[in-house]
Amino acid sequence: MDVLMLSRLQFAAATFFHFLFVPLTLGLSVLVAIMESLYVSRGDQDYKRMAQFWGKLFIINFAIGVVTGITLEFQFGTNWSRYSRYVGDIFGSLLAIEATLAFFLESTFIAVWIFGWKKLSPKMHATAIWLVALASNVSAYWILAANSFMQHPVGYVLRNGRAELDDFLAIITQKWAVLEFVHTVGGAYILAGFFVMGVSAWHILRGRETALFTKSFRMAAVFALVFAVFTAINGDLSGKEVAEKQPSKLAAMESHWRTQKAAPMYLLVVPDEKNARNSLELLPIPGALSFLAFGDFSAEVKGLADIPAADRPPVLLTFLAFRVMVGLGTLFIVLAGLAWLKRKKLPQNRWLLTILVWVIPLPYLALQAGWAVAEVGRQPWIVWGLMRTADAASPIAASQVAVSFAAFILVYGLLGLAAFYLIFKYARKGPAPLAAVEGR
Amino acid sequence: MLETIWFVLWGLLWAVYFMLDGFDLGLGALMPALAKNETDKRVIYHAMGPFWDGNEVWLLTAGGVTFAAFPATYAVMFSSLYSALMLLLFALILRGVAFEFRGKVDNPAWRGLWDACLWLGSFLPALLLGVAFANIFMGIPFDAQGVYQGTLFTLLNPYGLLGGVLFVLLFMVHGSLWLAIKSDGELADRAQAMAKRLWPALVIVAVVFLAATWVSTRLWANYLGNIALWVFPLLAVAALFATRLAMARGAWWKAWFASALTIAGCTFFGVAGLYPNLVPSSLDPAFSMTISNSASSPLTLKIMLGVALVMVPVVIAYQAWAYYTFRHKVTEEDLAYEDY
Ligand code: HEM
Repeated sequence: MDVLMLSRLQFAAATFFHFLFVPLTLGLSVLVAIMESLYVSRGDQDYKRMAQFWGKLFIINFAIGVVTGITLEFQFGTNWSRYSRYVGDIFGSLLAIEATLAFFLESTFIAVWIFGWKKLSPKMHATAIWLVALASNVSAYWILAANSFMQHPVGYVLRNGRAELDDFLAIITQKWAVLEFVHTVGGAYILAGFFVMGVSAWHILRGRETALFTKSFRMAAVFALVFAVFTAINGDLSGKEVAEKQPSKLAAMESHWRTQKAAPMYLLVVPDEKNARNSLELLPIPGALSFLAFGDFSAEVKGLADIPAADRPPVLLTFLAFRVMVGLGTLFIVLAGLAWLKRKKLPQNRWLLTILVWVIPLPYLALQAGWAVAEVGRQPWIVWGLMRTADAASPIAASQVAVSFAAFILVYGLLGLAAFYLIFKYARKGPAPLAAVEGR
Repeated sequence: MLETIWFVLWGLLWAVYFMLDGFDLGLGALMPALAKNETDKRVIYHAMGPFWDGNEVWLLTAGGVTFAAFPATYAVMFSSLYSALMLLLFALILRGVAFEFRGKVDNPAWRGLWDACLWLGSFLPALLLGVAFANIFMGIPFDAQGVYQGTLFTLLNPYGLLGGVLFVLLFMVHGSLWLAIKSDGELADRAQAMAKRLWPALVIVAVVFLAATWVSTRLWANYLGNIALWVFPLLAVAALFATRLAMARGAWWKAWFASALTIAGCTFFGVAGLYPNLVPSSLDPAFSMTISNSASSPLTLKIMLGVALVMVPVVIAYQAWAYYTFRHKVTEEDLAYEDY
């Protein structure tokens, strides 16, 4: 394998792994902050125990998110040096601003929160977790604005053989960035909601700490329902943005080959990439693709066959990932809706609780699939229309990358095992007894 | 002008990073030598616990600023140092996780595993950062296209290794002083004795390093041309001796600050010697990455400067507040947290 392929695999492994932990950080920080604020305003010890219990899971998860984030920033230089040279003027500054604005805040106040239970007033302590929640969400905005520049570059001029900054505001306020942010963060909140519901359901099923876990469950159910609906709506807007600006990605998402007006959407499709067609197309909904892409049942949708093969993304992966994401997104609305409806009679609805325990992994899958759509679907470009992925890799020896890739797999694999083991262990252990909390 | 301002800030960020993370890297590397039992270890973890993560962000920022202000340098520097950087990253990963995971399972083998990760994750970064910067001072073999013409072992030359040893010793002294501040009783005594024992070794290595710098690098050219720059090496030397004086008087906070200044002085000694290069090429000075051939556009530099001028003081203010909040010696009560 060459440097390019190895670097792509390594970056994919490193980002997917990183993004197994980041969404829970984004969502759970907000939930823990709400719990602790409820404790401060109502003085109810249950909320303090909730904040401490979920906070512990938060910290285990947070640690892996942080340490795996550092490698991502540095890989732009180590593995993608041509890319870094070409767009560093813009991309680098977004990352640097992310660090100064958010990472310092996040890492300083998470420590204050962990070690400050007795050193700070309850209000100050709750403020610390709010700052952590704020910082992680702000950091998401900057990194997603940077990714949006790769998806849809704006605010630059080509000068001195590279993309130079021309309009900073245009870059950080472009529609793509806003949509990508609300969609990703919405997905992360869904994940946190389902995580808290699932773990709570497990305890309620066993009749442990039912009061505390019912409170957690209800909060999470509202959270999950609101964001499941929200994410589907803005996902639809994202789709229209893609249709307008990245027609090849849209066509790959639907495995749509022939350019046509009033394009239907087939419920059952089997792509046949080699022969540039689908080997099976069943159950068409007339005009649905045109409508979803352009809000008009008769609009023309460009097909992959009209895009030169060298400019097409991998179709099968993009297509499957998109189906998985949207299918799961629909399921989440249903499940969160049910959870919310039954929130007052949880112990009587054991079937629902059981399902909710088992679906904890699904939002993880949906988020990974979403990123596969966005990133695989953007190929062959690393920066849409400006630079191809093939031209972006560092001029280094393939052996170096092979070794580091193997090390990534090994180290991340072991870390992942350790982290999931700990999360399981503490999730099952449940909160500290009331006496211990009052003593603190 | 903008480029020069960013060059100075670039040096400053590295200096702050070394000053802050230096003590916890040094202390982590010394833990096996300082801790006699489980309680000692827990005190050491606690002495670093509230600080290490915030300190490490300075590394991220130094890297990020290299990317943002000097993208071409970032590209050449990071791809040339590929294997060394990957080692550094893996070491830092293991170390960061050790802090959070160690206390989460009550089993000696589990704790032993993470103690080993902490040690490796502290010693290796200290060494590698020293090796990397010594090589940068000396020049790295990359060609006109910025393509590196060496291997990992090219970096492990005598001067590079000497730089590594220097960093390890600087950080170890810095770390023992921190533990002397944060602990009590026998452990504090051991930390103090350790700082005193390491100090002469540090002086010797520093002198050898300075002499080797004269022979192996071109850093001195700037010093011969500009007398004002001598403040940096003089600061480093004065602070190094002030560290020892403060130790003799038992003024551990003062000693720690003096040691921080030593580290800053050493960093600036190198950075001032590099100017206007960021990373010189050892193949041909014409290939070197300089502030003029690798800087970002003036607009980016201006916006970044605005952000830095507003945000860095804010960051320093709340980090200082956090240090102040956790300034006390580690107590029994702190150890009652099951986390460490
Ligand atoms: C239910 C209807 C949904 C629709 C119509 C939808 C639509 C989309 C579209 C069009 C993209 C590609 C945007 C791009 O290429 O930049 C995308 C990406 C993504 N989706 Fe979804 N999505 C839905 C549900 C979900 C759910 C439930 C999750 C996670 C829980 C999710 C997570 C993501 C992520 C992480 C990305 C990549 C970031 C981005 O590009 O915004 N999506 N989605």
